[in-house]
Amino acid sequence: MASKVIQALYNDDDVLMHAVKKVRAEHHHIEEVYTPFPVHGLDKAMGLADTRIAITSFMYGCLGLAVAIVMMNYIMIDDWPQDIGGKPSFSYLENMPAFVPIMFEMTVFFAAHLMVITFYLRSRMWPFKKAENPDVRTTDDHFLMEIGIHDNEDELTTLLWDTGAVEINVTEKES
Amino acid sequence: MYTFSNRLKIGSFIAMAVGLIFLVIGFTSAPSTVEEAKAIVASAHHDDHGGGHAEAAEHATEDTHGEAAGHGQEAAHEEGHDASHDEHLLHQLQNRPWSALYVAAFFFFMIALGVLAFYAIQRASQAGWSPLLFRVMEGITAYLVPGGIIVFVILVLSVLHMNHMFVWMDADVVAHDKLLQGKAGYLNPTFFLVRAAIFLGGWIFYREISRKLSLAQDEADDNTNFVKNFRWSAGFLVFYLVTESMMSWDWIMSLDPHWFSTLFGWYVFASMFVSGITVIAMVSIYLKSKGHLENVNDSHIHDLAKFMFAISIFWTYLWFSQFMLIWYANIPEEVTYYIARFQDYKLPFFSMLVMNFVFPLLVLMNSDYKRINWFVIMAGIVVLFGHYLDVYNMVMPATVGDQWHFGIPEIGGILFFGGLFVFWVFNTLTKHPLQPKRNPFVEESRQFHY
Repeated sequence: MASKVIQALYNDDDVLMHAVKKVRAEHHHIEEVYTPFPVHGLDKAMGLADTRIAITSFMYGCLGLAVAIVMMNYIMIDDWPQDIGGKPSFSYLENMPAFVPIMFEMTVFFAAHLMVITFYLRSRMWPFKKAENPDVRTTDDHFLMEIGIHDNEDELTTLLWDTGAVEINVTEKES
Repeated sequence: MYTFSNRLKIGSFIAMAVGLIFLVIGFTSAPSTVEEAKAIVASAHHDDHGGGHAEAAEHATEDTHGEAAGHGQEAAHEEGHDASHDEHLLHQLQNRPWSALYVAAFFFFMIALGVLAFYAIQRASQAGWSPLLFRVMEGITAYLVPGGIIVFVILVLSVLHMNHMFVWMDADVVAHDKLLQGKAGYLNPTFFLVRAAIFLGGWIFYREISRKLSLAQDEADDNTNFVKNFRWSAGFLVFYLVTESMMSWDWIMSLDPHWFSTLFGWYVFASMFVSGITVIAMVSIYLKSKGHLENVNDSHIHDLAKFMFAISIFWTYLWFSQFMLIWYANIPEEVTYYIARFQDYKLPFFSMLVMNFVFPLLVLMNSDYKRINWFVIMAGIVVLFGHYLDVYNMVMPATVGDQWHFGIPEIGGILFFGGLFVFWVFNTLTKHPLQPKRNPFVEESRQFHY
């Protein structure tokens, strides 16, 4: 379904922050904000929920630790407990200090890589993905706020001019 | 201006008095003859408190403990073996109250020294978040003077043969020990005390001059005091890095004079650094809860908790690096250090790891928890006790060997020095306003938000 959206462009992040707060105060739903760089506090101003990616990372780390322990317990203790330079391969605990560097690295490896992959999946990013950019200037020096129109184009236009927009476009957006 | 609350003051006096009584009990109950020592071990043997102790007492009758070598036993007088062994046991039992005193004295002293290092780093790096806490840090480092003097006095008494903590101070032992003779150029009583005086003098000098400049900055109308303080702090950090490392060889590592480890200085540093940061956080939270430090917000506590978390892991990293390299290579002359701790100190050794690593790792990982004051206090108590045990594990195996207990003298040491620490620190905090006035970064610190 195609819907109409209004796009307001700003050329300063402070102006953008004030605009976001004002639009939220007027109870309009902001669909998206495009910025060339992270604007500190924008997520709070937009009322976005906190990310849970740190929690996923913690769980991936636990998984990595488990993988390392199970792997080395099987290889070094269960499957073929050789005497290698007098190291005590009788139980996992007895030889554990030798395994700690691997346990640590596997924890970090799993926590980091799986978290990054989670981030890519969740933000829908991959090679050859078609860029979703309403205006090329938003990657350079402009900020763009996008609001859906529900028969209130005039009202929104005045409001957005009031917030200090430098340019306002109304476009059809296919979704 | 902060006023010392009466309850805290009385509490610190009671702690000091009780601690002193406990310490006196500890000293008077130490044996003075070989017969008494044997009687104590025999009665501990029959006592039923803790199977581990009975087992430990058993060990005492064999000659397995590594540090026994320090008493020149390997020299081949077979018939004198029993007598020298009994004397060794007597020395261990006599050392116990001394070691309890020394561990607690060093632990609280190292907190103040760790805070001083943290303070100098904040000044040298021109951190924008911490100036609000400078007065708190200066209050804690005030303990350097009494704490340092007490540690120094204990070292002097050791040199005067009041105890047997440092075997290399005993001329008879050195006469029978090639290794100690080889180290005598460094490990000799005169040079030892001279070094200690230089270390303490340098640290206290920096502390006093930095405090003076910090206070002068409040009244000044330009930033010259601030700039001077910056230079002194940068210089101090260089001095500190060298002297701290040497101090750890002198005051801790030389208790095991046959053993050596190259990263020992860093390891002791990490321990004092994390304890110091923890105490800054705890004192700040306490003062804030009493309505002082109104400009200190959750973000400051969050930052301190992050430091506690990170330095706890740094400490573990160093602990493990030291342990794992020695365990892996298993060279006899190095590995005795850990064998003594594994055999006789299982509980303190492993509970220290849990308290200093696993607990802060899990408790302080969550960003929200680092802003909850009682969470930080709780983690801080565990971390502090863990690092007390860390010092305990460094000192006790070398001085009392398998004759360790955690009893009256140890608790007395903690109470006495804890009370003195609290009294001295909070008394210093009453001397000047808790918020610096003209620090160039104080406004940034006031606005600090994470």
